[in-house]
Amino acid sequence: MPADTSTIDAVATGKFEHPDTIANQAFGFWLYIMSDLVLFATIFATYAVLGHNYAGGPTGKDLFHLPYLFGETMLLLFSSATCGLAMLAMHKDKRGLVMTWLTVTLLLGLGFITMEINEFHHMILDGNGPDRSGFLSAFFTLVGTHGAHVSFGLIWMAVMMGQVITKGLTLPVQSRLLRLSVFWHFLDIVWVGVFTIVYLMGVM
Amino acid sequence: MFGKLSFSAIPFDQPIIMGAVGGASLLALVILILITYYGKWTYLWKEWLTSVDHKKIGIMYIILALVMLLRGFSDAVMMRSQQALAAGASHGYLSPEHFNQVFSAHGSIMIVFMAMPFLVGLMNIVVPQQIGARDVAFPFLNSVSFWLTAAGALLVMVSLGVGEFSKTGWTGLAPLFEKKYSPGTGVDYWLWAFQLAGAGSLMTSINFLVTILRMRAPGMTLMRMPMFVWTIFATNVLMMLAFPVLTVALFLLTLDRYLGMHFFTNALGGNMMMYTNLFWIWGHPEVYIVILPAFGVFSEVVATFSGKRLFGYKSLVYATAAIMLLSFTVWLHHFFTMGAGPNVNTFFGITTMMIAVPTGVKIFDWLFTMYRGRVRFTTPMYWTLGFLTTFVIGGMTGVLMAEPPADYLVHNSLFLIAHFHNVLIPGALFGFFAGYAYWFPKAIGFPLDEKWGKRAFWCWLIGFYLAFAPLYILGFMGMPRRMAHYANLAWHPYLIIAAGGTGVILIGIIFQMIQLFVSIRQRHAARDLTGDPWNGRTLEWATSSPPAVYNFAITPVVHDIDAFTDMKEKGVVYQKPDRYHDIHLPKNTAAGLINGVFAFMFGFAMVWYIWWLAVLCALGMLFTVIARAADDDTHYTVPAAEVERIESRRFQQLASAAVNRPAGSRTTPELLPQR
Repeated sequence: MPADTSTIDAVATGKFEHPDTIANQAFGFWLYIMSDLVLFATIFATYAVLGHNYAGGPTGKDLFHLPYLFGETMLLLFSSATCGLAMLAMHKDKRGLVMTWLTVTLLLGLGFITMEINEFHHMILDGNGPDRSGFLSAFFTLVGTHGAHVSFGLIWMAVMMGQVITKGLTLPVQSRLLRLSVFWHFLDIVWVGVFTIVYLMGVM
Repeated sequence: MFGKLSFSAIPFDQPIIMGAVGGASLLALVILILITYYGKWTYLWKEWLTSVDHKKIGIMYIILALVMLLRGFSDAVMMRSQQALAAGASHGYLSPEHFNQVFSAHGSIMIVFMAMPFLVGLMNIVVPQQIGARDVAFPFLNSVSFWLTAAGALLVMVSLGVGEFSKTGWTGLAPLFEKKYSPGTGVDYWLWAFQLAGAGSLMTSINFLVTILRMRAPGMTLMRMPMFVWTIFATNVLMMLAFPVLTVALFLLTLDRYLGMHFFTNALGGNMMMYTNLFWIWGHPEVYIVILPAFGVFSEVVATFSGKRLFGYKSLVYATAAIMLLSFTVWLHHFFTMGAGPNVNTFFGITTMMIAVPTGVKIFDWLFTMYRGRVRFTTPMYWTLGFLTTFVIGGMTGVLMAEPPADYLVHNSLFLIAHFHNVLIPGALFGFFAGYAYWFPKAIGFPLDEKWGKRAFWCWLIGFYLAFAPLYILGFMGMPRRMAHYANLAWHPYLIIAAGGTGVILIGIIFQMIQLFVSIRQRHAARDLTGDPWNGRTLEWATSSPPAVYNFAITPVVHDIDAFTDMKEKGVVYQKPDRYHDIHLPKNTAAGLINGVFAFMFGFAMVWYIWWLAVLCALGMLFTVIARAADDDTHYTVPAAEVERIESRRFQQLASAAVNRPAGSRTTPELLPQR
């Protein structure tokens, strides 16, 4: 429905953000997540096609260290939980608590990315970079695309922390935080796929 | 400092290219001088470039599409004239290198920078009005999408003068497009132009899906949506789900070319056919992305000008949905010759034949709509009739090629070229032209000249048959596509006829330009005062022409598929409400334009390996978005008094239209304003 009624509150505060607008934004964001899933599905399919084209180079068994990856995975999964706690604090309108949990989430996310970059760095140093074989091209692209999404999520999170500080938990800020949390959980789910298909099945 | 870029990148030694660059630059210069001379920069900036109004963005999309149509058509003229000349001892006037760029640019431009902007432009102008909304769900995102598309188009245009364009066809060809075999900048221009436009299309699809699903006027259930809205809905579902696949396919090629990876190489574990598969998983839905909106236009046009409710509305909805789903299951028919085996080929052959069934249903629905209707033969109706007769032939040759053994015989021959032009020109382009003529008075405020419109139509139709019927025959004679030169003189006469057909189409395009010029000159006499020049059936005709910035002062309530006809029959149309309310609208913003400029420079920097500029532009885009996201004051209010002023002027116009109805206006007297 067009936004023409019940805008009085928003107008009074000088901030026009109609409830319909927020619901539209949430729905639009879900559609974006769907299209992003297609993007990941395509890269997963690519990995399925090229995953065994080692071209005489190393295989997953030679490269992956499951305990290290388990640690990396735990960081990301826990960051999802703390992100959920930040949302709960937001619904209770506790700004300080929101900031605390967002900071924890951000640090956990940074830890995940650092571990991933470290893993990539060592592989490339050992001569097992993405140009070594079709398998490694697909590996770096799939894991790297997820990593790029997480990095973008971290930038977004930092921006949102800035908005929480400067604007407070206004309606628009809350709606953005909700979408950020959808994005963050979505990346978690994709990582479960990556961990299973790339790492677990790679060392099997 | 400037990566690979130097003065040697400009092909000074190529007189044809330099002539084209010089002509285009001169034209751009003249336009810039005219804008400055008439002092229109502020107007242009405030009313157009920074606008987030869906109607204005729609018009800008269509201007972009028409400009790119001219560019793509010049490529077609070059190809046809080259092939009419380069037989036997003669080698024509284009080198094979240049010819390869020409056909690659022609396909890329016509699909991604002509058809896509044209359909997105039409849906921008029409969809919000047809569903009784004031704008799209995300007006700013709409502006971002437009400027990304424009940035992509600009990259293609720049490739003409700086460097080169891809020589590997509009679809790309593995492994020819790998760095090793195509070291130049052509493939990179193609890559980044497609990526930018693709990102724009993806955002557009999300925007319109939310608009259609959540912003319809009260009473407009899904099964009361106008047929055009349904086809746009299906198109946007396809865009949302298909474009990410293109993004990935091109991204993987980017990694191959820039970082030496092995996705589509023929060594070290790459898989060449994976590219072809990925490309067509997007590419086949893309065919329906451009054709379904045209089907929507034909549905609207045929119902309006037959004066009847669309025949079999429900069957058209289900046929559209069936096409939407089936279009994801047929991609392999583009390369049956890959040799995936009889079972795979049979599956894709059968699905391809199946997709012809819902399309056939639609043809019969349109025919039965006309049956016993009082058909008015206007220009949009001419395009529709031309489509109905011509498209069926293209459809049948398509079903012929759905048979894998038959496809093996004509694969990559001119028969295929004739087939897909035979579906896309009548199926998509004629539809866009019909929509252009049909909605022009709504968007601009005065109609297009009928006489010149019909002349243009006849040139296009006759020219089409002359240009493509010989290509069917040549396909059976064994002539492959994309030949810069051939030795078989038996092909020559047919190619001369085809070149003649292109000449006739050229006359048609010149007539369309004359039509625009003549219509602008007679705009005062022909002005559409009623907002309903065709006795329309759907809600967009309830607004004024051009519509007020808010479209509808009062949100309409819908009771029927043909909502506006229903209102006219009940006599509740053009009613003055007791009072008006304040209306909130999105403010203009330059952020979309700025983002587009950064995107263009980013693409250019990536093509020429100017890394510092690429990083700078990427950061520029990021900060534009962050700055925009921090702005919560994005709306302004049109006060009720202002709305009342605009609306009372509208009622005065309606009254004056009743007194002296201008020629061409077909509004019947009983539909005039009531108190």
